[in-house]
Amino acid sequence: MMDEQRAAERQAATRDAEPAIRLEGVHKWYGSFHVLKDINLMIRRGERVVVCGPSGSGKSTMIRCINALEAHQKGRIIVGTTQLTEDVRTIERIRREVGMVFQQFNLFPHLTVLDNLILAPTWVRRLPKREAIARAMDLLERVHIPEQAHKYPGQLSGGQQQRVAIARALCMKPEIMLFDEPTSALDPEMIKEVLDVMVELAEAGMTMICVTHEMGFARTVADTMVFMDGGAIVEMAPPSQFFSAPKSERTQKFLSQILKH
Amino acid sequence: MSDERRLQETPQQIFAREEEPVDGVYPETVQPPRRRFAGALSWARENLFSSVGNALLTVFGLYLLWRILPPLADWTLLQSVWSTDDPAVCKAAEGACWALITQKYRFILFGLYPFEEQWRPALATALFIAAGAITAVPAFWRRALIGLWAGVAVICAILMWGGVFGLPFVENAKWGGLPLTLILAVVGIAAAFPLSIVLALGRRSELPAIRAVCTGFIELIRGVPLISVLFMASVMFPLFLPEGVTIDKLLRALAGIALFTAAYLAEAVRGGLQSIPRGQYEAAEALGLTYWQKTGLIILPQALKISIPPIVNQFISMFKDTSLVIIIGLFDLLTTAKAALSDPPWRPFYIESYLFAALIYWMFSFFMSRYSLYLERRLETGYRR
Repeated sequence: MMDEQRAAERQAATRDAEPAIRLEGVHKWYGSFHVLKDINLMIRRGERVVVCGPSGSGKSTMIRCINALEAHQKGRIIVGTTQLTEDVRTIERIRREVGMVFQQFNLFPHLTVLDNLILAPTWVRRLPKREAIARAMDLLERVHIPEQAHKYPGQLSGGQQQRVAIARALCMKPEIMLFDEPTSALDPEMIKEVLDVMVELAEAGMTMICVTHEMGFARTVADTMVFMDGGAIVEMAPPSQFFSAPKSERTQKFLSQILKH
Repeated sequence: MSDERRLQETPQQIFAREEEPVDGVYPETVQPPRRRFAGALSWARENLFSSVGNALLTVFGLYLLWRILPPLADWTLLQSVWSTDDPAVCKAAEGACWALITQKYRFILFGLYPFEEQWRPALATALFIAAGAITAVPAFWRRALIGLWAGVAVICAILMWGGVFGLPFVENAKWGGLPLTLILAVVGIAAAFPLSIVLALGRRSELPAIRAVCTGFIELIRGVPLISVLFMASVMFPLFLPEGVTIDKLLRALAGIALFTAAYLAEAVRGGLQSIPRGQYEAAEALGLTYWQKTGLIILPQALKISIPPIVNQFISMFKDTSLVIIIGLFDLLTTAKAALSDPPWRPFYIESYLFAALIYWMFSFFMSRYSLYLERRLETGYRR
């Protein structure tokens, strides 16, 4: 009941918001291998989308297309009001507005945590260094590791590194956050500390697309669940409906596999 | 504790159990590690005479040392002549004729540079080494170093060439010895290093034209010996210049050495670039960094750190390869060491002269080698666990 009520409230809140990301008929091939098949997806401002599906279903590829880490070959991707093209300027503009968190953290190992955070704001946004440091320390506070600011990433645990990675992306003040399996490379004990940070972020109203297998997390924060298989979106529904009454047989099978434990 | 009682213990009891001494001796797990080398004798037994084969090798090694060391000490120290201006004294002695060095060191170090003016290359070399020493200390790593080096370069140029401030002009054909070797090596490295980075990046470029040019250059230069590059720079290159235009011989040699070294360094740098995980590029790109920001701030700092060993290897190798300029008639350190023997009575003492030159080469190379090890440790940020 709680879930449904919350979902209804959330839906009312985001229903009339402007679209943040639109994917229209997006196709992608690796050589002759068809990785993304006619992806159509609209995400409104403040909406939280969780994407799940078996490995190789194209879910990571899809969100990597949104900030042009992968190029798509057909269809349109529109972030905010900007349509993604091959133009480097356009790509860089979109990347400034879209934060990304990777499975392998991808922190810069030769820089301290603080320098990891302030690098892009100072170089890309031309923020004065003092302001960038203030913002970075604020964010480290939010991800609960201000005391690690002057350490190097190699000295932190996986969970701490991933929280730094989230803070690094947030330091650019992005409109949208993409999470590519953020907890898949973590020890079980550390998953919670990262998910907690992500829940807090969701509650603060961030537009998020999250590729993850953490179904508990999905239930808590998702406004929309997307299930992908074989490069196509098979099912898209609010979590209450998605988990209790999935329409497609493929979704049912997937859920029964991962929820068994 | 009996074995039976042990078997019946619960896990809690096992964890709580304190090891009891059995007959006053603690079980092996809690004993401190056995001291392996107690005293020189047992050290020798364990390391030098642990088996019949080892013992034989040890005896043979000692025999060799006994045959080599005393004569060597005799020759270098005990029977050697340290100072005389008469070669006959050296001839009569059994040992080394270090007097050759004391007689000729100024020629070996400074070559044909006018004798009265040799304080100038000496001062330039000292300044240069001092600047190098300052640069080597991380505490001084700041932007001002660029200014320091610019200043040192100008002062060294004034000292070497002269022609101003009442210093007589000395054309660079007269330069020689250690300053020339250092100029060739350092200017060569300073020019080759940035070029090599450009080449390495170019070879990995997504633009086919750039990739082809860089790959072609690297493969062409790596395919020929340094001697032929120098020869081309010295003999063939002027043939292509319009009449009346001449480019200084030293400059041509420098260009040859720099291009040659750059081709090799580029491959060392490329190795470093290849070892940077894709995720680093993606993270930099996802933050909206431009190509040059990504390359300069994220990729190169890591790639160059990884490439320190092969890069320094190349520096050391090229430092010694500068001695090949002898074939185009430049008087570098090795050439002056050889030329010092052109005085007939001193001619028999070539070993001493070459040893002296070798010692100088070795000191610089050894410093580079040790410094690169220090640098690697210094730049380690604990991500290779």
